[in-house]
Amino acid sequence: MHDRAAPAEAPRRAFGIASLDATLGGGLARGRVHEVYAAESDDAASATGFTVGAAIGMVDPGRTVLWLRTLRAARLGGVAQANGWSELGGAPGHGLVGVVGDATALLRAAVDALRCTALGAVIVESWGTMRELDLTASRRLALATEQSGVPLLLLRHDASPVPSAAQTRWQVAAAPSQALPGHAPGRPTFDVTLLRQRSGPSGFDWRLEWDRDQRMFREAPLSGVVVPFSACGQVATGGNGSAFPDDRRAA
Amino acid sequence: MRLEETDQLSRTIAAPLDAPLALVAKVRGALRLRAVNTQAQALGIAPGQTLADARALHPDLQVADMDEEADRHWLKRLAEHCIAWSPLTTTAPPDGITLDITGGEHLFGGEAGLAAQAEDAFTAIGMTVRVAVAATAQGAQALARHAPLPIRDEREALRALPVLALGLEDEATLALRRAGLKTIGDVAARPAASIAARFGAEAMTALRRLLGEEQAPITPITQPEPLHFERRFAEPVALQASIAACFLSLLHEAARTMEERDLGGRRFVLTLFRSDGARRRLAIETGLPTRDTASVLRLFDERIAALADPLDPGFGYDRITLFLPVTELLVASQPALDGNAQDTAALADLIDRLSTRLGPASLCRLAPQDSHIPEQAQLALPAIHERMPVPWPQPSAGEPPIRPLFLFDPPQPVEVIAEVPDGPPHRFRWRRKLHEVRLYEGPERIASEWWRRKGGEAPGKGGLTRDYYRIEDARGRRYWIFRHGLYEEKPDPRQGPRWYMHGLFA
Repeated sequence: MHDRAAPAEAPRRAFGIASLDATLGGGLARGRVHEVYAAESDDAASATGFTVGAAIGMVDPGRTVLWLRTLRAARLGGVAQANGWSELGGAPGHGLVGVVGDATALLRAAVDALRCTALGAVIVESWGTMRELDLTASRRLALATEQSGVPLLLLRHDASPVPSAAQTRWQVAAAPSQALPGHAPGRPTFDVTLLRQRSGPSGFDWRLEWDRDQRMFREAPLSGVVVPFSACGQVATGGNGSAFPDDRRAA
Repeated sequence: MRLEETDQLSRTIAAPLDAPLALVAKVRGALRLRAVNTQAQALGIAPGQTLADARALHPDLQVADMDEEADRHWLKRLAEHCIAWSPLTTTAPPDGITLDITGGEHLFGGEAGLAAQAEDAFTAIGMTVRVAVAATAQGAQALARHAPLPIRDEREALRALPVLALGLEDEATLALRRAGLKTIGDVAARPAASIAARFGAEAMTALRRLLGEEQAPITPITQPEPLHFERRFAEPVALQASIAACFLSLLHEAARTMEERDLGGRRFVLTLFRSDGARRRLAIETGLPTRDTASVLRLFDERIAALADPLDPGFGYDRITLFLPVTELLVASQPALDGNAQDTAALADLIDRLSTRLGPASLCRLAPQDSHIPEQAQLALPAIHERMPVPWPQPSAGEPPIRPLFLFDPPQPVEVIAEVPDGPPHRFRWRRKLHEVRLYEGPERIASEWWRRKGGEAPGKGGLTRDYYRIEDARGRRYWIFRHGLYEEKPDPRQGPRWYMHGLFA
């Protein structure tokens, strides 16, 4: 039981961005719950894109990714497309997509899936506030992922953060991309905020660009207004709370 | 006694039944007719002709390829049904079934009654059948294939058969004919020694078997016993614990039987017969063949938990059966050291459980489909049936994503303001919000599948073309919007083409 009280250090997968990896203590931990909130409901696709990118970084090639969605998410957010998944560098052929009627069934399926060590990662996507996901349910998910080492990416659209047992909590919004010649939209770009990190600093912003060919995030070239934190050693003692106010969106 | 049926096997093809039809196969480089139906026969078309000759005679002859494998399979299935008349049943390829009816024919009203029953049964499923009864299997086969029916005197009929009925090789048959021996009777009238000396010992053996002087046993086809297990109770059981224990013992029995036969079940059907006659059927499916009672039991638990109306034993069940309609070969194997097999089994177990609980169509694997219409480019296949990963084409390097992560089905209408009629959108309103277009790429023109429409090849009838634009709005959100129809296609005379939101990019 002692490992439940103090879970062993989970293997981490680095983002490849110095400031981000330093804040996270080496990257996103496998065998943990990571929550991703869409900043607004129109940012759902961007939040999903960030999640898919993070999953691609955390999954060994050839491993199956299980993507569980509620019926509501499938109706409001659209049908998940293997082509689009593949365009982001994923392997949809190794993916399984499950559409679940309600939140209770979703959480139950997620716990079952997290106990299966053969999976590479589990993505759970829900739309709206999910009352069923209380602290107990969240803790149950966290225990399952700690024991199997399968990371859970909990994707939440149109919801506001509630207390949970997650290791990290992110907020993702779409960001203007670096235009290609001919005024064409460029690579997927996200404004990412680390809202909370268990026993670690949080409250920082990054503008990330997803490089499909290298299968990794890069820091997006700056376009004026935004000045992201580049070094975070100075705030590492800041503890759990938000060390700096999120002044970008105000700007 | 033996009974023999010869069937002209034909397959269903898209042609009227009363049209002349021939099945062809390639023989030494030429397409030759292998089988013809009665209508074709009436026109003077016979098996063995080249297709070119037959076509020259009758240009409207319907032709299909002979599928020998399918015929063999069909013959075997027919033979399996004939087990109803005799357990000693075998196929006599290419077109015969032999039944050893010795001692059993009185159950069906004697030889004639059995023959009539067989004829009726085959006629009912649309087969033409010739039935003959003789002392040996070879004799019956020869009569059914070569003798004019009906047969009055078996001995006379056998002697009147052509020498072809001996079933010898072509050369030997030709040699017999050249020697002036036209019928079996002719051959039988000669001294045995001289026949054996000139045409070989096998000619004599064939002759003796045909005339019933020598017996050759047949090898009957065997049918595995169906995996059907049941428990009957003198007193109905209603206690949860007793039912569970009974079910467990059924599963153990099934697992033992499957282990003996190296089989694993893919589908398990549990039927509960209530004492008042009501019957409840529960079925589960597994992605991999299994005989692991614990995992099957867990799947049934899932199935019972997912029931809309719970099981009600009422006054109790008086009979419980377990049936395994679908099984597959499952040989006990040593687990590989790399743990891959273990992972495969763990994943299959998860897929089984989720599919049982949520329904097979809820957990899918996405497979590519050959269509350029975006919403038809993928097929969601139930994961329980699609076990292996499906390959998807890799996107070309250096490009941004050109297909969206989500697609709306159906596409959602948007109000668009474009600067020029056939140009890209300038700003658009979607879900009651106004979006300014910052960047765009397009149009990517996707034509409708006009060849699927009746009369679609005519101008203006093939359906509307879609012009897709990849769009990024001022806040960085990326959309896939299309205009349904070109201006010159005039989709709606008053309003012009409509615009739709079809997908969202990451």
